[in-house]
Amino acid sequence: MAVAQIEFSKEFESFINAWKDKPGNLIMILHKIQEEFSYIPREAAERLSHDLNLPLAKIYGVITFYHLFKTTKPGKYRLAICMGTACYLKGGQDLINEAESILGIKGHEVTEDGMFSIDAVRCLGCCGLAPVLMVGNEVYGKLTKDDMADIIAKYKAIG
Amino acid sequence: MAFKHFILVCGGTGCESSKSDEIYKELKAQAEAQGVANEVQIVKTGCFGFCEKGPIVKILPTESFYVEVKPEDAKELIAEHIIKGREVQRLLYKDARQKERVKTTDIEFYQKQFRIVLRNCSVIDPENINEYIARDGYMALEKVLFSMKPEDVINELKISGLRGRGGAGFPTWRKWDFTRQVPSEQKYVVCNADEGDPGAYMDRSTIEGDPHSVIEAMTICGYTIGATKGFVYIRAEYPLAIERLKTAINQAHEYGLLGQNILGSNFSFDIEIRLGAGAFVCGEETALLHSIEGDRGMPTPRPPFPAIKGLWGKPTVINNVETWANIPVIINKGGAWFASIGTETSKGTKVFALTGKINNSGLVEVPMGTTLREIIFDIGGGIKGGKKFLGAQTGGPSGGIITEEFLDTPIDYESLTALGSMMGSGGLIVMDEDDCPVDVSKFYMEFCVDESCGKCAPCRIGTVQIHNILDKITKGNGTMLDLENLEKIGHAMKRAALCGLGQTAPNPTLSTLKRFRKVYEEHINDKLCRSGKCKDLVVYSINKEKCIGCGLCARKCPVNCISGDKTQKYTIDTSKCIKCGECFKACKFNAVIKK
Repeated sequence: MAVAQIEFSKEFESFINAWKDKPGNLIMILHKIQEEFSYIPREAAERLSHDLNLPLAKIYGVITFYHLFKTTKPGKYRLAICMGTACYLKGGQDLINEAESILGIKGHEVTEDGMFSIDAVRCLGCCGLAPVLMVGNEVYGKLTKDDMADIIAKYKAIG
Repeated sequence: MAFKHFILVCGGTGCESSKSDEIYKELKAQAEAQGVANEVQIVKTGCFGFCEKGPIVKILPTESFYVEVKPEDAKELIAEHIIKGREVQRLLYKDARQKERVKTTDIEFYQKQFRIVLRNCSVIDPENINEYIARDGYMALEKVLFSMKPEDVINELKISGLRGRGGAGFPTWRKWDFTRQVPSEQKYVVCNADEGDPGAYMDRSTIEGDPHSVIEAMTICGYTIGATKGFVYIRAEYPLAIERLKTAINQAHEYGLLGQNILGSNFSFDIEIRLGAGAFVCGEETALLHSIEGDRGMPTPRPPFPAIKGLWGKPTVINNVETWANIPVIINKGGAWFASIGTETSKGTKVFALTGKINNSGLVEVPMGTTLREIIFDIGGGIKGGKKFLGAQTGGPSGGIITEEFLDTPIDYESLTALGSMMGSGGLIVMDEDDCPVDVSKFYMEFCVDESCGKCAPCRIGTVQIHNILDKITKGNGTMLDLENLEKIGHAMKRAALCGLGQTAPNPTLSTLKRFRKVYEEHINDKLCRSGKCKDLVVYSINKEKCIGCGLCARKCPVNCISGDKTQKYTIDTSKCIKCGECFKACKFNAVIKK
């Protein structure tokens, strides 16, 4: 099988080399790919299959088993809305509904300009701040749905 | 150089999210700018536990407990408290009872707590190994390496009565002893930090606040069972905990506390970090081990237990973070000391993540045998907004609901199981009258449908079937036969599912069905959900006698289904209503009725 053409950064190449012969390396390497591309492109999986000498089916078996790994590109700003129990009880679903209605997208869709996507995520572990939304590394806590428009506007303004 | 003041800034995830890092930097900058940098040491610590009031800043020696601090408060804290010696009144925590300034030790939230696992959280800088060492850190490891035989360690654990804090409560010494006795060239030590229970964050806070306690304990275990390699399997969703753990492992290496010939002995041990990728089932030990091996995290039948045949087929001890954090203290203070705390069958303490509709959300550590009432009403300060208590869920999606009449039961492994719940990892979620038991059961079951790995039929099919029935009931289409079926399917899953996930998945449904059967029946027979959570069963209307015609409800309505004016009062067109509840919330005259 021809190896797909995909550019990996130098740092990434050395990461793969360091992990190549370690047992149980696949998940760690997939994390690194996702860190680099924000999802796992098909080409990257194909190249990994070649480099690690693993069947592509095995790699996809692992990717699709774990919630964290994505096979499609998320928006530039990913609104990770916590649906842990504490956040659920305090209105996490309302936040999702509001964000969906403001952005005009549903489920795993990405806005047309590629800027936003919404993810209902597992407990982020800051239950004291419930309900919680995370964008990148920024956490917004104790939210009501009325806060959503301002938060989205803020990222729209940054562009 | 001796410091006159110590400022402790909370660096747990909760407080970091509320900009505690900026507070820390600003305090440093202000101390410098105001010329007192030599007098005050500023430290970023682990979680204080009192997350509700974060970000928290504590100043010693006065034990001043500042809450909800903002970066812009740093200037005043330095100028007033440090330089002029006057506490900044507006930021001090005020107890709900006493309405005035209280010392940290007198705060109600902390009074019934007893910290073993969280002993160093909020006290030391987790990124500085010297601070851990100053608090007797690595003393237990030294004691074990130079004055105890492996059998002695096992014996001490046996005396202590420590049981696994991951939820099932298996005696820790037994696990270790099984593995110790299996002859094998290679054995492994694994730390389960895959805290998947939604609403629980004890393990994350422990690693963030005191990573060395886990490293030290795993090393002690390595020596005891004859393993040279350890893995920490941690959720990728916990970036701060991962960073602090990495730092701690590196520092331990530098100090010769990990690696070859630890402390000059002939014992060598190393620890590697492996990341989870968002799969609840990986909290199950066999699934977790497969995930470390790089595979899909699917459980395998036990026996063989990991203690005999675990990671890559080798004997493996796997314990939860909280279990590990207890070990150095047990070695230092002795098993008998530990056994003096707690109940007949459950020794020591338990950390709970107290969340939901509670005044003081946060992390609490209490002796086993404390009652739920003490945790919820004394430590937790009761229900938010004076609402009525519905129940408390322990054990998350694997546990059950505990209602008012059982609040005085002393908590231990056995008593919670007898109530149809379980200890679980320590999530404790409080619900009030606005929550619906059927809706909550559906929420947990949806989680289990999503998280079932699909390997065994009872779990794969059972979770979906139960979810479908619950969904039907919340939409007003349930029948009494459905309730029977819920029980039948639930009991079948408990008996037949392969792993803990499937065996416990029906628990929330079965326990609410037992405690709130009436509520289920109302949903079915009267199409009524008193809490209003099951939107399909709610009908909003306006009481014309109470309506003053202000029109606020109509302005708030997102679908414009409320019409009327001052003279005619307002009415809701129920055919268009989307039941969002905005009108109900908006009306100041209780004229909007929810039925």
